[in-house]
Amino acid sequence: MKLYNISMNNLRRRTGKMIFLVSGLFIGIATIVTLLAITESMSRDVEERLNQFGANIVMAPRSENLSLSYGGVTVGGVQYEVQELEERRLPEIRTIANSQNIGVIAPKALGSAVVKGKTVLLMGVDFEQEFALKTWWQWQGEQPRNPQDLLLGSEAAKVLGAAVGDNISIGGRDFHVSAVLTPTGASEDGIIVGDLKAVQALLNKEGKISLVEIAAFCRGCPINEMVLQIAEKFPEAKVSALKQVLMSKMQSIDMIRTFSYGIAALVIFVGSLMVFVTMMGSVAERTREIGIFRAIGFRQGHIMQIILLEAAIVGLGGGILGFVGGNAAAAAAIPAVIDQGAFAGINYSVGGLALLLGVSLSLLASLYPAYKASRLDPSEALRTL
Amino acid sequence: MNDAMAQNFIEIKNVGKDYGSGDRSVAAIRRMDVRIDDGEFVAVMGPSGSGKSTLLSVLGGLNKPSRGDVLVDSLDIYGLTPEQRADFRSEYVGFIFQSYQLVPYLTVLENVKLPMAITGLKNRVQDEMALAVLERVGLGEKVSRLPDQLSGGEQERVAIARAIVNRPPILLADEPTGNLDSDTADEIMNLLTALNREGLTIIMVTHNAEVAALASRTIRVKDGVCIG
Repeated sequence: MKLYNISMNNLRRRTGKMIFLVSGLFIGIATIVTLLAITESMSRDVEERLNQFGANIVMAPRSENLSLSYGGVTVGGVQYEVQELEERRLPEIRTIANSQNIGVIAPKALGSAVVKGKTVLLMGVDFEQEFALKTWWQWQGEQPRNPQDLLLGSEAAKVLGAAVGDNISIGGRDFHVSAVLTPTGASEDGIIVGDLKAVQALLNKEGKISLVEIAAFCRGCPINEMVLQIAEKFPEAKVSALKQVLMSKMQSIDMIRTFSYGIAALVIFVGSLMVFVTMMGSVAERTREIGIFRAIGFRQGHIMQIILLEAAIVGLGGGILGFVGGNAAAAAAIPAVIDQGAFAGINYSVGGLALLLGVSLSLLASLYPAYKASRLDPSEALRTL
Repeated sequence: MNDAMAQNFIEIKNVGKDYGSGDRSVAAIRRMDVRIDDGEFVAVMGPSGSGKSTLLSVLGGLNKPSRGDVLVDSLDIYGLTPEQRADFRSEYVGFIFQSYQLVPYLTVLENVKLPMAITGLKNRVQDEMALAVLERVGLGEKVSRLPDQLSGGEQERVAIARAIVNRPPILLADEPTGNLDSDTADEIMNLLTALNREGLTIIMVTHNAEVAALASRTIRVKDGVCIG
């Protein structure tokens, strides 16, 4: 017989009270785990969507001239003598320290051209990279793949009177309109998109790049540092982060997360209060029993050990069940909370936190009741003596 | 134990115990001087409220007197710190409480092993000692039962087994036969008498003159003083 046998037997044979105590902590910890898992999944979901949402770093040549613009980003003035980026140097982007965070690199050659008597903005792209970046693009016709294929913005198609399947002559070369973009509401609506090499040749810009859009996978990647790392490699370029969208989305998640923490703190407080009240009640109920322990020679420290050990076991039980239950609840709730969302998976560090929280809260809530129990006057506790 | 202290093993000198304070103070013990030798079987008799149970709790180191000294084996037990006094109780005193006071969620064996939970004895040794005393009190077959599965007499035996398992030199019993029928009371008293013959000093509070007659000496208490 050791002191822990007393604690274990008390919990084992007073199952009703133990279930009540454990359930108090279980509810609190399960709530925290559920909220954490849901916000984690939400955060991942948003980040994944953002990763599919296009570029978040843009690199363009430095220029003080007037310029045409694309995507709200100022690019080197295509109508003036400007410096361009060297296409052959682009692979260097993948040599930065955070290269593992780089997803798509989509170079562009921009310039104006006269088509059917109208000046339009011509954009040469690497079709494969561009479509990987612009996942929201929708079009009619066939996805362009060949050097002679063109993708027309909806507005450009209207102005030029061109449709899918038409042939268009630009700078004396024939091109085939393989697709027309459905209206995007962005700069693409008014431009003609062609193959990078073909457009470079048309514009006499072989090996030159006007703009590079880079998609970084941003889960925990330091966009600002990546911008600096790229800028260091390309001192002639202006590298900027398009992180407003990301930031505002992440701010929303952060707000939800803060709110979740608030709710979790409240639930945990109520759970701890429940443990405190139950433990206080238990001490009052066990006054005689504690009197017996004291009478047969248990020290005050022994009484505290018995009660705190019970609290620790209850806390451990609440922590384990709360972690399991919280993850189960999150897995069940996420499809309802996040559209097409998936459970982010079990986070074992949250498991460690749940156990630590369960045990420490239970101990904290039981500290005063245990102290009070240990201070019971044995003769008062055993009035019959 | 000190052989030189075999005489006056327990000594209560000018002890008084008041409950409450000021005008509302009530004296449970006015003044008592008691000497008990090692190996004595002393019955304490007196009407309800006479202070006999208070005397027992003072003797057992559970209830600090308002005045006077209590010496056990020449140890001034109320000169000790509360934690040292707990150690004293563990080493010197076995209690048999009125209404048995068994721990309801522990089995018979566990209840008996309870005083050994703080001794550092190995579980195997604890089991041997506990089973030996349970055999002695005739409960060897019921070691796995919970207290509420036992009769009053059986619970009293468990209480006795728990009180003596640590082999303390002093046994303090508060109305050990108070809740028992006469046959069971006889069995319990036979057990206590046998334990006393083996050298255990017993101080027993009782209302029952027949039970008190089995003791080697009777101390009569009335209104907080010893009257004989």
